[in-house]
Amino acid sequence: MSDDELIWRIAGGSGDGIDSTSQNFAKALMRSGLDIFTHRHYPSRIRGGHTYVEIRAADHEVQSRGDGYNFLLSLGDSFARNPQEEAFYGNEEIKPLSENLDELREGGIIVYDEGLISEEDVEAINLEERAEENNWHVFPIDLRSLAKEHGREVMRNTAGVGVTAALLDMELEHIENLMSDAMSDDILEANLEILHEAYEMTIEEYDFEHDLRAPEGTHETEQALLSGSNAIAYGAIDGGCRFISGYPMTPWTDVFTILSQNFPDMGGISEQVEDEIAAAALAVGASHAGVKAMSGSSGGGFALMSEPLGLAEMTETPLVLVESMRAGPSTGMPTKPEQGDLEFVLYTSQGDSSRVVFAPGTIEEAYEQTRLAFDIAWEYQIPTIIIYDQKLSGENTNVDVEFFDREPEPGLGTTLTEEELLEAAHDASGKFERFGYDDNEKNVSKRSLPGQKGGRYLATGNEHSPVGHISEDPDNRVYQMTRRIEKLDSIREELDEEHPSNQTYYGDETADYGIITWGSSHGAVAEAVERLNDDGHSVKGITVSDMMPFPEKEMTEFLESVDEAMVVEMNATAQFRGLIQKELGRFGEKLTSLLKYNGNPFEPAEVVEGYEVNVAEEEREPTAQVRIEPAAGD
Amino acid sequence: MSAFNAIGEEREIDRDEFTPGVEPQPTWCPGCGDFGVLKSLKQALPEVGKTPEEVLTVTGIGCSGKLNSYLDTYGFHTIHGRSLPVARAAKLANPELEVIAAGGDGDGYGIGGNHWIHTARENHDITYIVFNNEIFGLTKGQTSPTSPKGHKSKTQPSGSAKMPLRPLSMSLNAGASYVARTAAVNPNQAKEIIKEAIEHDGFAHVDFLTQCPTWNKDARQYVPYIDVQESDDYDFDVTDRREAAEMMHETEDVLNEGTVLTGRYYVDEDRPSYTEEKKAVGELPDEPLAERYFDDDAEWERSYDLLDRHK
Ligand SMILES: Cc1ncc(C[n+]2csc(CCOP(=O)(O)OP(=O)(O)O)c2C)c(N)n1
Ligand code: SF4
Repeated sequence: MSDDELIWRIAGGSGDGIDSTSQNFAKALMRSGLDIFTHRHYPSRIRGGHTYVEIRAADHEVQSRGDGYNFLLSLGDSFARNPQEEAFYGNEEIKPLSENLDELREGGIIVYDEGLISEEDVEAINLEERAEENNWHVFPIDLRSLAKEHGREVMRNTAGVGVTAALLDMELEHIENLMSDAMSDDILEANLEILHEAYEMTIEEYDFEHDLRAPEGTHETEQALLSGSNAIAYGAIDGGCRFISGYPMTPWTDVFTILSQNFPDMGGISEQVEDEIAAAALAVGASHAGVKAMSGSSGGGFALMSEPLGLAEMTETPLVLVESMRAGPSTGMPTKPEQGDLEFVLYTSQGDSSRVVFAPGTIEEAYEQTRLAFDIAWEYQIPTIIIYDQKLSGENTNVDVEFFDREPEPGLGTTLTEEELLEAAHDASGKFERFGYDDNEKNVSKRSLPGQKGGRYLATGNEHSPVGHISEDPDNRVYQMTRRIEKLDSIREELDEEHPSNQTYYGDETADYGIITWGSSHGAVAEAVERLNDDGHSVKGITVSDMMPFPEKEMTEFLESVDEAMVVEMNATAQFRGLIQKELGRFGEKLTSLLKYNGNPFEPAEVVEGYEVNVAEEEREPTAQVRIEPAAGD
Repeated sequence: MSAFNAIGEEREIDRDEFTPGVEPQPTWCPGCGDFGVLKSLKQALPEVGKTPEEVLTVTGIGCSGKLNSYLDTYGFHTIHGRSLPVARAAKLANPELEVIAAGGDGDGYGIGGNHWIHTARENHDITYIVFNNEIFGLTKGQTSPTSPKGHKSKTQPSGSAKMPLRPLSMSLNAGASYVARTAAVNPNQAKEIIKEAIEHDGFAHVDFLTQCPTWNKDARQYVPYIDVQESDDYDFDVTDRREAAEMMHETEDVLNEGTVLTGRYYVDEDRPSYTEEKKAVGELPDEPLAERYFDDDAEWERSYDLLDRHK
């Protein structure tokens, strides 16, 4: 837990502008040269209800939310209601203060809005006593009045930022510039006034006894702050996608929204439709007609897409779907992350169906693998799925702007032009042998598009002959089925040769203890591995992104090189560990699991603890809300 | 150069071009009304000047879904109830394609009901032919959404307690800009209606009565039909919603009582199709999006140019 980092938490009521304020502040910190990682916690309701955003900023790379935090700006919940004693959502304006104290580090700072949080409430939670115990520095400031005096009450967020900047000894320049960019003149002036007023007032009226100051850093290159949803949307744009169809469902809605907002200017098409079956079916229809198309949803909506997914596979229509996991089963916890849909995404849809599944673990991978998903879908005429979660979808990280400086790839892969169709095989009635027996490089037969001369055929979800006639001929069935399934082998070969980087290795190469994870748990695990090695342990880690086709060779090598390994994932049934055992057919005795499924992502300390309990076989349960699932045979 | 040269090709088109030269023989039962739809389409398409390669027929599942196995256009035989969403997107991706969707009453009014209502509401420029035989054919004779009340089947042995659905009224209320009913037993009218529907610029819904001699011998569709356009008794203005609605009600009231009224019920030439609406609000490119992928000179925007807001 290094002290050269700031983890700033802004807490308030949902709808109080926590999100936009934190976005701006995070960007200001990034502009001052720091690396950023944000984490968002919010309840499933529109207004009111305790919510917070954490911004971790340091002069070195940050890959996770970190452990705990060291600065709390508590604005109170201005939408608080439900005065009944037992009310689930509570009336507690105080929650943004009281609910956050457990994770505040020793020596941390608390600023709370005295204008909204009453003195009695503060007394009732024994803040003074706790502050003394933990050496917290508490600043009760009437942010509300300050905001009201110079503008409007809602601008208390700005006052809070001003106080923060003063206490952390930050320059206001970056914050001012961002405000000027984001605000219209009429509110800008008032906000700037409030910002300065709060800043000056804090410096004048308080003694700073705390040690915490904003870290200093520089970036050699220009940075951009973006989320996993941004990265997926941008990967799609650069992968040539210009058609999106969807139905809103948290957290997939972000990707849907970003593309819907950009497509009109790019000549793309976005459709919000009646349900998720339609959404995926539209993507299939658009792709069939010759456009690079995508759809997506979260677990419940993805369940409905299982039919069109199978249709795309059987008709060999290229298709990209994204699945943003949230805690299930059923509607589960709409705003909480979980990695619980892995098996569902791998196996949903009837028959021996196959698809490609990528699970990016970082913002860069989200971009990269979305591009790859389009490439592979159109090259191999197979559905590809990006599985990610509420965590990756919402967390913001800074990325080198250069990273995105590349050429788009709109190519339609193995789609023929009319000239090429002239040369292609046709049956006696002039139908194009779309699913022909010859010309099957990598198990892919070339495709034509409706409206092309000489390309006429029938696409059908039934088993079909080379020109697409429904067929139950046994030889044809075996041929077509085998070819469709074996595409995965061809894809595996290509991935091994050209994209082994989908898997990320870290830690001590010579270690005989391994930690394995996937998807968005990557950051916390990578930091934990680094910390363990710094503390004198010897551990190596791997984060896997290729879920299907599975990276057999890479995983086998990794597991052969260790005596024991712990699989870290955010679900209750150890789905990824199950996948490893299923795919490799061995290593069961080497694998234990560290599972977390309480709605919050892993913090690095929990992974460190899991390792200690596991390896040292200490007679204790881990303290955090995680579970250890012992190796098979135990 | 266009990537889709089959579209808009001007030449004499022979009816036979729409018949696959090599297999398959239709698997429909002898006397099935589905033959009637196939025949009227084969007649109508050359008459409206469409070549097989510029037509995309999208079907669902059921006996009706086999239509495009026996009709030699570009075809997409999709899944049960989902022909419309697939068809809609194909039309948006390439508005120059002639898109015809087809399915059964179970397929289109049952499992696909949601899509039907929304496709009509949005007024996509698609022709939608529903083979209405008032029964599930392919799964061997279960009650369908249009089976009359009291209809007995293996799954409703005591007789259906449900009112039949009213497809014409539903479509009109949902927003379809062309609504007609025709019947396989009336081939001349059927051909004309299909032609009109194809030429109509908007969602054209044709409820096509098709007899299922195998599972639904009692259906009233064999009785003599009356063509409402040709009968002085049913004089009404097909462009007037209220009059059309009234006529549809009358038709749907008597369908299972011995009288079968067919014809055009509603035509709204003024309502813009969805493609036009979407273009008007700037959400659909002027040129077919599908063409752009073949244009070597096309400029493709990059996400890099969107990064300003993240800096
Ligand atoms: C999702 C799904 N549910 C059920 C079926 C089985 N099924 C096939 S055809 C059919 C009914 C078809 O009835 P209808 O649409 O009236 O067509 P017809 O066969 O009478 O032409 C059903 C239920 C299926 N293929 N898929
Ligand atoms: S079962 Fe009925 S609908 Fe199906 S082919 Fe036979 S007659 Fe036609």
